[in-house]
Amino acid sequence: MSGDVTTPTDQPRHDATVEILRLDDVGKSYGNVHALRGVSLSVRQGEITCVLGDNGAGKSTLIKIIAGLHTHSSGQLTVNGEEVHFSSPRESLERGIATVYQDLALVPLMSIWRNFFLGAELTTGSGPFKRLDVKRMVQVADEELTKMGISVPDLERPVGALSGGQRQCIAIARAIYFGAKVLILDEPTAALGVKQSGVVLKYVAKARDAGLGVIFITHNPHHAYLVGNHFVILNRGNVSLDKARQDITLEQLTNEMAGGSELEALSHELSAPGVTPEPATALAAGHRDDER
Amino acid sequence: MSSSTTAAPRVPALRAKDDRVARKSLATRILSRPEIGSLIGAIAVFVLFCVVAPTFRAAPSLATVAYSASTIGIMAVAVALLMIGGEFDLSAGVVVTTSALAASTFAFQLGLNLWVGVVLALALALGVGAFNGWLLMRTGLPSFLITLGTFFMLQGLNLGVTKLLTGGVSSDSVADMDGFAGAQAVFASTLKVGGVGIKITVLWWILFVVIATWVLLRTRVGNWIFAVGGDDAAARAVGVPVRKTKIGLFMTVGFAGWFVGMHQLFSFDSIQSGGGVGQEFIYIIAAVVGGCLLTGGYGSAIGSAVGALIFGMTSLGIVYAGWDANWFKLFLGVMLLLATIVNLLVKNQAAKR
Repeated sequence: MSGDVTTPTDQPRHDATVEILRLDDVGKSYGNVHALRGVSLSVRQGEITCVLGDNGAGKSTLIKIIAGLHTHSSGQLTVNGEEVHFSSPRESLERGIATVYQDLALVPLMSIWRNFFLGAELTTGSGPFKRLDVKRMVQVADEELTKMGISVPDLERPVGALSGGQRQCIAIARAIYFGAKVLILDEPTAALGVKQSGVVLKYVAKARDAGLGVIFITHNPHHAYLVGNHFVILNRGNVSLDKARQDITLEQLTNEMAGGSELEALSHELSAPGVTPEPATALAAGHRDDER
Repeated sequence: MSSSTTAAPRVPALRAKDDRVARKSLATRILSRPEIGSLIGAIAVFVLFCVVAPTFRAAPSLATVAYSASTIGIMAVAVALLMIGGEFDLSAGVVVTTSALAASTFAFQLGLNLWVGVVLALALALGVGAFNGWLLMRTGLPSFLITLGTFFMLQGLNLGVTKLLTGGVSSDSVADMDGFAGAQAVFASTLKVGGVGIKITVLWWILFVVIATWVLLRTRVGNWIFAVGGDDAAARAVGVPVRKTKIGLFMTVGFAGWFVGMHQLFSFDSIQSGGGVGQEFIYIIAAVVGGCLLTGGYGSAIGSAVGALIFGMTSLGIVYAGWDANWFKLFLGVMLLLATIVNLLVKNQAAKR
């Protein structure tokens, strides 16, 4: 493993021209509430598309549409060149779209290897003697986790005893092992400390290097900028920014994310009289250093 | 600052074994099994009655204890599976009576072979389970409420239909009907082993516990049962058929209820229509004493068997010891609290070490 996995280049090493997933003008209404309006984005193999937005911007709705939990009410969702309307998570999974949710879809009281293979258990034997192939599952889980650089001494440990970062990594390793082509990560760094976030970001980059198309949902522009190839900012259900990495700097991204001019006005408003207000961009730059 | 300088040194540290986590010893791993607390309790109860009641030690008494435990244990193992799957079934007690009544009434009223009634009763018991499960998945209401509803419905049906057809509170005797002898051999016979009569339900009980343990620990379905009880949203997200698993678990309880119902019918040849009420709590107690977590996702089939055994030993041990049988309920409550507290302590200790 080389140390530069977290530094995306402007020309990704993988064949990034293959578009796996595409949204055209996708919208979703719940009754008279338009949660999502006219969202277009494209996910390519070996690329990380970051979707940013504040609370209530429509990020969750977007994931739920791609993951098959909701059906979009307008626009087109295209997977591998074929237009689809998902009506269940299973349909989405069958097309190679794996979602790692915030709550990770791990069962805390179950052991690591049981969680790793949950829903896709390996079996041996046939008829009434068809049974779990425990030995092979433990072995594969161990191999896959080691490959991702996650070391857990005892695969019999319940997942609930692991740290948030470790759990996140297990969920990602599982998605990769089961042949996901598109990986949706729902705020994987939201509840983690700085170091653990770093570890998780590294696995996100590993998933990209393995040739997956990654959709990285976050509200942290610093994390997004570390790994992203493409940035989409959602604001009140609309796309307010859609730029490739080479066309935007972290400062611009942070600024856009924070609502740009709104934040400047806010910082002016909050500044004590007589004290020079610190511009939001400088704040952001300082924050970035803390982050590392 | 480039990320290449910061990411590189982290790599070897991650590859190395995490030295904060020591390997658990064998003793600790045994202690962290769900049924271990109840096993200690069972041994304590056994030793207590061996000391205070000399007749308890005799082989025929032990066979009686095993029989008493088996009729509870057959239900308790199904209830334990359901509890691991995160649900309750309060109708588990009356469904026993319902299936027994259905089998005898149907065969008696139409003058058919009893086996026809037995099969019909099975279909009915499975149907009740499926209804509970389906309604639970459909409405998302707590299983406590849904099965409380079925509990009262079945109780009313048992009494009402029996009264309507026989004019009394018990079903007509089926002892002289076709198929009685055969069915009795399967559900209610006694085997002589070294001069001691062992009821066949004991063997069925052992068989069911073995099958349940195998299913729980070594099959995909077992994995799903733990998963739907531990976190059903997570299970659904990774493609576990939550609906089928839960409905299947309720049907398993229905099956066990049918089996015990058949045992009662063919032991006594006539059934009291008000029976079975209150038994559901005994099954739940056996499962909880055996280490099942009330909230689901944790437990074992063997634990439920140990719980049933504690129940059997206590209920008969009190009689053998010559104590007033009225003390039994007090003893039961104390056992329940002690067992759950011991389970909790043992589990926490094992998890810490």
